[in-house]
Amino acid sequence: MIIDAGSMDSRSLNAAIKGLKHNGSIELNNVNGQRYICVGVSGRKVEINGTPGNDLAAFSSDVDINVNGNAQDGVANTLRSGRIVIHGSVGDVLGYSMQGGNVFVRDNVGYRAGIHMKEYLDNKPVIVIGGNAGDFMGEYMAGGTILLLNLDGNHIGNFIGTGIHAGSIFIRGDFNPYQLGKGVVMVEPDASDLEKLEVYVREFCSRFNLDPDRVMEQGFTKLMPQSSRPYGKLYS
Amino acid sequence: MLPAEFFVDITHDHCRRCGRCVLECGFGALRQKERIIADHKKCVACQRCALFCPEQAIHIRKQEHGYKQHAIWTPEVRNDIYRQAQTGGVILVGNGNPMPHPIIWDNLLLDACQVTNPPIDALREPIELRTYLGSKPQSISGKLPDQIEIETPIIFPAMSYGAVSLNTQKSLAGAAKELGTLMNTGEGGVHPDLYPELDNIIVQCASGRFGVSYDYLNTAMAVEIKIGQGAKPGIGGHLPGEKVTEDVSRTRMIPVGSDALSPSPHHDIYSIEDLSQLIYAIKEATDYGKPVGVKVAAVHNIAAIASGVVRAGADFVSIDGYRGGSGATPKVIRDHVGIPIEIALAVVDERLRRERIRNEASLICSGGFRHAGDVAKAIALGADAVSIGTASLVALGCRVCQQCHTGNCSWGIATQRPELVERLDPVEGTERLVNLVAGWSIELKEILGALGLNSIESLRGNRERLRGFGLNASTLELLGVKEVGEGQ
Repeated sequence: MIIDAGSMDSRSLNAAIKGLKHNGSIELNNVNGQRYICVGVSGRKVEINGTPGNDLAAFSSDVDINVNGNAQDGVANTLRSGRIVIHGSVGDVLGYSMQGGNVFVRDNVGYRAGIHMKEYLDNKPVIVIGGNAGDFMGEYMAGGTILLLNLDGNHIGNFIGTGIHAGSIFIRGDFNPYQLGKGVVMVEPDASDLEKLEVYVREFCSRFNLDPDRVMEQGFTKLMPQSSRPYGKLYS
Repeated sequence: MLPAEFFVDITHDHCRRCGRCVLECGFGALRQKERIIADHKKCVACQRCALFCPEQAIHIRKQEHGYKQHAIWTPEVRNDIYRQAQTGGVILVGNGNPMPHPIIWDNLLLDACQVTNPPIDALREPIELRTYLGSKPQSISGKLPDQIEIETPIIFPAMSYGAVSLNTQKSLAGAAKELGTLMNTGEGGVHPDLYPELDNIIVQCASGRFGVSYDYLNTAMAVEIKIGQGAKPGIGGHLPGEKVTEDVSRTRMIPVGSDALSPSPHHDIYSIEDLSQLIYAIKEATDYGKPVGVKVAAVHNIAAIASGVVRAGADFVSIDGYRGGSGATPKVIRDHVGIPIEIALAVVDERLRRERIRNEASLICSGGFRHAGDVAKAIALGADAVSIGTASLVALGCRVCQQCHTGNCSWGIATQRPELVERLDPVEGTERLVNLVAGWSIELKEILGALGLNSIESLRGNRERLRGFGLNASTLELLGVKEVGEGQ
């Protein structure tokens, strides 16, 4: 099923997606900043050609979305499960409060990626970013995993992981400790960490035609919360 | 260094050493040896032991420290300083602002009919309290936006599972269902035990997004985005790890024992446009089938804020005044930040009217409503409905000891300790809440009857039926209310 989104506004485009009777895959062409694409949609495979607007796949579950282009702010906001692949860059607050699912971004992400990500039982969200990230990545992180591959070796944002109290962030390559937020500790990834992150690196590379072995050649640093109760001693 | 605030006065001659008081105390202030021994420093005056002592042998007394009298350096000020000098921490408190500030409701008086336009006998004539919450259209053509129909303009505000016990939420949900009104789950998700009452529930989406999912947004009658709270404007929520039990963890969807942090801003909302984006994301997720509201604290610029919130697309705005309650709040914020709901409501209603957008959203007010008189006055000032948090907890047994943040509530309300939670029977709790709101509703009808009105709609925003008594000119102007003695 192909939908030409060129002349549609956000609401009618989403109504068209939600109104589809069949469960097959959808291709959206000429997407040009329409917001809320696939918001609250469950169990859909969607190919997006163009630039989806803010809140792509917010509150969705079990989606399989491939974006051929960049995406804007709020991608995967409160996503429950599924997979989102972006062949380009995304704007701010990627994966706000994501509860599960995987997001792969080929290039860069804006400010506050992966903040408030949380995990519960089998729901473990994962974000893999090929390029660099803006400030406050992983702020208030309460679970899940962020992999920042920084393949171009650019400067990454500051205040990484401020207020993190669960979950982990892996950063490939060099950065300065001053770039970390308060309450974050740096450790060497152990064998099980490396095993886990290699699985995601391989998947990332297979989606974007990169050589996983070359990506894995450079070392990773693991960032973890100092405490699961960062503000436990604040109160009298 | 810190003296005991209370003295547990046990009349040992009357005490038959049954040990009931020791079991009842949630704060571990009592022990049984040959006789009952009190650790006065642990007593918070929750009155549980005193009320349950079969011999009435316990009296809780305020300790007179014998500090040298000083109007500025009161015992409370001194004790807070001793405490902070010891710990270096932020003083945390529960409940709402206890400062002896003037309560404007008490300086507002309602009108009544005499001779020329007779009152209505509320006991024999039908008087309508039914209220519709949601955006109303400018004209009556076309489809009416979704409305929530409630049988009385009194609802229960957001109190999350975590801050309060499940039995508290069950009591509230049961009462909301029976009364045909609403309760609000707060930001802690919906426990499966509340599923039968979903038609009477508002769910909340706050900055931590705990328990928020597609299903969650779609289960309830309405969704409320929480921006702020009257007891702590500009301050986030923080459920300490020790309150995140197995069950709380399931509804919040976070691991057991982990802190649940809701920061003060939603980090995807830095403007009215951003707020609008979340409102419409939720509307998209709910197929435009539910009212979506926004809760804000009453602060200095509330009129402009509320105007922006309505323009952002909110179907209702919940405004929480500075006397609003809280499960845990820094004392310095609770006692010193925000403005009273009376003024906030008056200026918001006026502003929205002036801008001709008052119809676009309902106003729900909260923050220290004590009785039906306060409710009637709020409706006359322009509120569509009123939320009663502290009053509803008092109905469930709360003695306002202000220790909600400790999680030791002896009354089973603000605690997750199973042995304390089970003290609050949700069936009885529901009955008590139904009684309270039914009583207030009858009183509202009596007030309406006295005013010669047969519907709450006719009182809404009808400031002509209020008069100020002993208020200064600028307050009267802000309230849009005449002085007592002035006729129409």
